Amino acid sequence: MTPSVKKQKTRWDIHVPLIIICFVMCIPALYALQSATLTVAEGAFPPPKLFPPGNDLIPNIQDLFEKLNFGQYIVNTVIVSAVIVVGKTILAMLAGLAFVYFQFAGKTVLFFFVLLTLLMPTEIILLPLFNMMSQLGWGQTYPQLALTMPFLATATGAFLFRQHFSNIPRELAEAAQIDGATPLRFMFSVLIPMSWNVIVAHSLIQFIGAWNQYLWAVLIVNNNDSQVIQVGVRQAANFGLTPDYGVLMAAGIVASLPPLLLFILLQKQFMSGFAITKEK
Amino acid sequence: MNEDNIQDASRPIFGEYTAPLVLTVTVVFLGWFFLSQWDGILSLFSWLGSGIADAPNALSRVITHYTSITPSQWLPSVGIGALFGVVTTARLISKPSIRGIALGGLVGGLGSQFLVLPTQHCTYTPETPPIQVIMGVFLAIFGSVIALIPLWTWLRGGVSHAGTSGFFRSRTLPYLFLLPMVLNLLLFLYYPSIQTVTLSLFSRRFPLPQERFVCLNNYTALAEDVIYRNSFIITFVIMFAVVVFSLGIALGIALLASQKVRYANVYRTLLIWPFALSPVVAGAIFLAMFREGNTGLINALLNALTGTTVSWLRDANLARVAIVAAAVWNILGFNVLFYIAGLQNVPKDLLEAASIDGANRVQRFWRITLPMLAPFTFFLLVTNVTYAFYGIYGAVDTLTSGGPPLGAAGSLGGATSVLIYKLYEDAFNPGSPIGLAGAQAVILFLLVASLTVLQFRTLESRITYSE
Repeated sequence: MTPSVKKQKTRWDIHVPLIIICFVMCIPALYALQSATLTVAEGAFPPPKLFPPGNDLIPNIQDLFEKLNFGQYIVNTVIVSAVIVVGKTILAMLAGLAFVYFQFAGKTVLFFFVLLTLLMPTEIILLPLFNMMSQLGWGQTYPQLALTMPFLATATGAFLFRQHFSNIPRELAEAAQIDGATPLRFMFSVLIPMSWNVIVAHSLIQFIGAWNQYLWAVLIVNNNDSQVIQVGVRQAANFGLTPDYGVLMAAGIVASLPPLLLFILLQKQFMSGFAITKEK
Repeated sequence: MNEDNIQDASRPIFGEYTAPLVLTVTVVFLGWFFLSQWDGILSLFSWLGSGIADAPNALSRVITHYTSITPSQWLPSVGIGALFGVVTTARLISKPSIRGIALGGLVGGLGSQFLVLPTQHCTYTPETPPIQVIMGVFLAIFGSVIALIPLWTWLRGGVSHAGTSGFFRSRTLPYLFLLPMVLNLLLFLYYPSIQTVTLSLFSRRFPLPQERFVCLNNYTALAEDVIYRNSFIITFVIMFAVVVFSLGIALGIALLASQKVRYANVYRTLLIWPFALSPVVAGAIFLAMFREGNTGLINALLNALTGTTVSWLRDANLARVAIVAAAVWNILGFNVLFYIAGLQNVPKDLLEAASIDGANRVQRFWRITLPMLAPFTFFLLVTNVTYAFYGIYGAVDTLTSGGPPLGAAGSLGGATSVLIYKLYEDAFNPGSPIGLAGAQAVILFLLVASLTVLQFRTLESRITYSE
């Protein structure tokens, strides 16, 4: 916590431990990358091949797409995640708008109605949800609806936007009303342009959650053409007669690239989007 | 600080066209998605319609229930809730009015029926075993708490309005804006949650439709089930290890990574990214690392150092170590992210003042930094416990599939068969007792919910006007 000086010496006492920690954190990923380049035989028999990389990365990835239906899984997961992210963002922004810019009877009760759902994790209600989906026929006929519709509302998102909107100066809303703008008009021309970072942060978190969805997909989707990517990774663990760690690691890498790329691309907005929520 | 953030926030990617562009793409995409599956949406509406049409019947069933049992059976539960409501409202609200306390009693009494009604008041009969009586009382109080929390906030002045001016005038619009969210939560969260409770009170075997009301017997059966008890202990051991390691290590890393050094952003990225991976992928990578023989990374290193290898996933304790390692690695980045944010919140002048007063680095950490981080720690505690209870499913399924078996041929369960894993293993095997799975779900829910309720106290003080 030294006062910041413009021209500082390189702090090796901080850099060295940080470099070591970063390396340790990345070991599992580096090992996955290395393993993904090996054939079954190279992975199965000693000596362990920790370096240099093998030549089988491309064939392993090809196996995913040719024998495990990964192309279809990726398309399905992209669609499902996009619907969840967009739906959640819209519903959460509308709820934030209602809570911050309106006074109405039952506000407290409705607020707690939303808040209380923080207590109800979807993992616990999958059993009755499964029964409900069979009654609707969604599990068989409309797996994409079954994978998206139950997850469009989010208490966390509603509070994130409520918090962010509360920090926006009230004069803007007053000015908009004087100009005769409707609430939706106000949202599009004032709130949304001022909320890009929060929208990005919220969308990224929700995208990661949706992309990584696994348990519900295992239960509800019984048709391989509608399955999602994480189930594909799990299938890769049972690929072939002997465990093929090359294919499994390739599956893990392919399945992780979209969220990782988005995280790295949107990192700046993501961090500042959360900087707003942290202040109380 | 707010205004900085807000100005910083107004950086649209495509200039002034961003909002219309995003809107158009969104509308087209959602339109395509829902219109292409319109029949499915229609079946939801007709299902909803038949549910609404059935509402009078449901109401008459409730009334029949109350009239068919003696008041001595339902009055105690209402009384407990009302008493709880009166006492807590009088204690928690400063200078409560008579009206407020009376409302507390009313809301508490009604709220108690939320969870007692599904049990058909079966725990309030003279011949109920004592343990079930206690559970019934607990259900009544839990229901009251859920109903009372909004009341307390309301009595304290309601949810914060974030200002006194700038409200739009409309009677219908706020409800219209909230409708999609409320409807979705009602249909896909509240309704199934109540169904879970109901499910747990019946005895039924998976594909068969016949069911029989068994009161809380499923719960007492679970308490006597040795496999369930093992699973319970294992869950807590794994949860405890995951939370302690992930929070402790994350705090240490964040202390280092929040220093102002060059490339700080690069370090942060390298430390945070694993949180974007799924538990399934984390499980898969650790499966490769901990695999048998000496070709996996861990055994290869062990072999090079000591000349022996270990069958990690065949030994009960070592398999748990592998699960904890995968889980900690998976969630650590998330904790680091929030601890770095928290450390930036610690006022620099406070630390400087303390160091002028002669407080050393260690004292400053314990007396200033750690207390200032408390809200972040508490938030992360809840998130990490939730992850260790629920999110860990994918890692367990990929890495160990609940194994290795305990006892002869798994007669005592699996060494890493945590509650969430056992729940869905039990629920979807043909012939498995659905009621027992439902009871497991309710218990798991109560475990995490009670922790989150604790968080409500801190949350509530933040969202209400305190006098």
